[in-house]
Amino acid sequence: MKPSAFAYHAPHSLEAALDTLAELGEDGKVLAGGQSLVPLLNMRLAAPAALVDLARIDGLDAIEVTDRDVRVDARVTHERLRTHAAATEAIPLLRQALDWVAHPVIRNRGTALGSIAHADPAGELPAVLALLGGHVELASAQERRTATADDYLVGPLESDTRPGELATAVVFPRPAPNTGSAFDELARRHGDYALAGVGVTVTLDDDRKVRRADAAFIGVGATPIQVPLTDALAGQPGDALAPDDAIDLARSTIDPEDDIHATARYRRHLAGVLLGRALQTAAARAVAGGTA
Amino acid sequence: MTATDGTTTRTATAHERVEVTLTVNGTPRTAFVAPRRLLSDFLRHDLELTGTHVGCEHGVCGACTVLLDGAPIRSCLAFAISVDGRELTTIEGLAADDGTLHPVQQAFRDHHGLQCGFCTPGFVMSACGFLAENPDPDEDEIREGMAGNLCRCTGYAGILDAVKQAAGDISDRATHPCEQHRVDADVANGNDREG
Repeated sequence: MKPSAFAYHAPHSLEAALDTLAELGEDGKVLAGGQSLVPLLNMRLAAPAALVDLARIDGLDAIEVTDRDVRVDARVTHERLRTHAAATEAIPLLRQALDWVAHPVIRNRGTALGSIAHADPAGELPAVLALLGGHVELASAQERRTATADDYLVGPLESDTRPGELATAVVFPRPAPNTGSAFDELARRHGDYALAGVGVTVTLDDDRKVRRADAAFIGVGATPIQVPLTDALAGQPGDALAPDDAIDLARSTIDPEDDIHATARYRRHLAGVLLGRALQTAAARAVAGGTA
Repeated sequence: MTATDGTTTRTATAHERVEVTLTVNGTPRTAFVAPRRLLSDFLRHDLELTGTHVGCEHGVCGACTVLLDGAPIRSCLAFAISVDGRELTTIEGLAADDGTLHPVQQAFRDHHGLQCGFCTPGFVMSACGFLAENPDPDEDEIREGMAGNLCRCTGYAGILDAVKQAAGDISDRATHPCEQHRVDADVANGNDREG
């Protein structure tokens, strides 16, 4: 189908974009890469009166890597972030997760921050944001604010971007030293939405035993489901991790639903299998010389 | 509508037809369209370039794939107004003027990488973009690179074989595959095909 008619604004600067969004209020919707929004428009699941296109903004397209974090502006595509050497070296989980994001052709247009703002329950980057304890930077004509994953990811396809606001950047903190990470998921076809998936981080102490472990699941709840695993894994050797307790804990924590693609029972089973694999991979990476 | 000189906001009302110019297969092409005009429809309806096919129209099937500044994108998930001023390569831009097929097209023919032909323009453009990024792919990489396109006839085996052959053909020609979307492009550039 075709999208319904909308007025179009392509501002040249962030300030102009915020002024336009303030004027439009509830009527305005931000267009970045369009890989999630345009399907919704084409299927008429969304019909905003006006689009504010970020395509002609001068700036808003930087990737900044510091000692503390990686900051990704609103116009940065999945593919640019995925192939950014400094960013993915600082936080290998970005590359590990982005390898699973959609198909290459979609990654060329879709933006990293856009997929977080879109808040699909099967989206990989919302889980990375939650797992790393990152935040989103938002701006309006009146104020600037930041929001953590818990505050920002409200529900399925619902993020806390208020009328007149623009999500300008996402900040991913670098993991602690001696941390390994991994992302694993299963889809019927690589690049499609995952039936279930999980990102994990495992931090080892100086004796190469687990000091901290965390997981964030996708596709098994309304938002990324975070499961702290430190209690289940603390003290285990990084090179011979036994994930059974962690798997049991995760399976009893998540509460997936049936849909046309898979039953809840299958999703719960799958989530545990993926978690076991991801934990062992992440622990091995930590042993081999995290922060990886 | 405000002109786009890079310092002003470009705006258009919902039903206003605005001027959009794209360089398509090396030629500037202009049409007046409403903001909601999809790039796929701009090509097919406004420029009458019907080689780009439209299947699902929500980014799943890949039939509408074109190259935007050399990189493959779904033309059904972009608005023409949004990419005004940029460069496109479509399936019509691949073969030489005398009809000589592009190596990717020739490979699809050689390996029966098509049957009904509906998905073919999208597959060929995806393959061109993929091989420009990765000129020497292994079989797993080809599989992943082509996974964003759907074919309901072939069972994919012929398509994967075709992309493999095209990779060899293009790297044998020793010019950057980005410049090879047109067979006559390297002639125009004076490059040595024997390389």
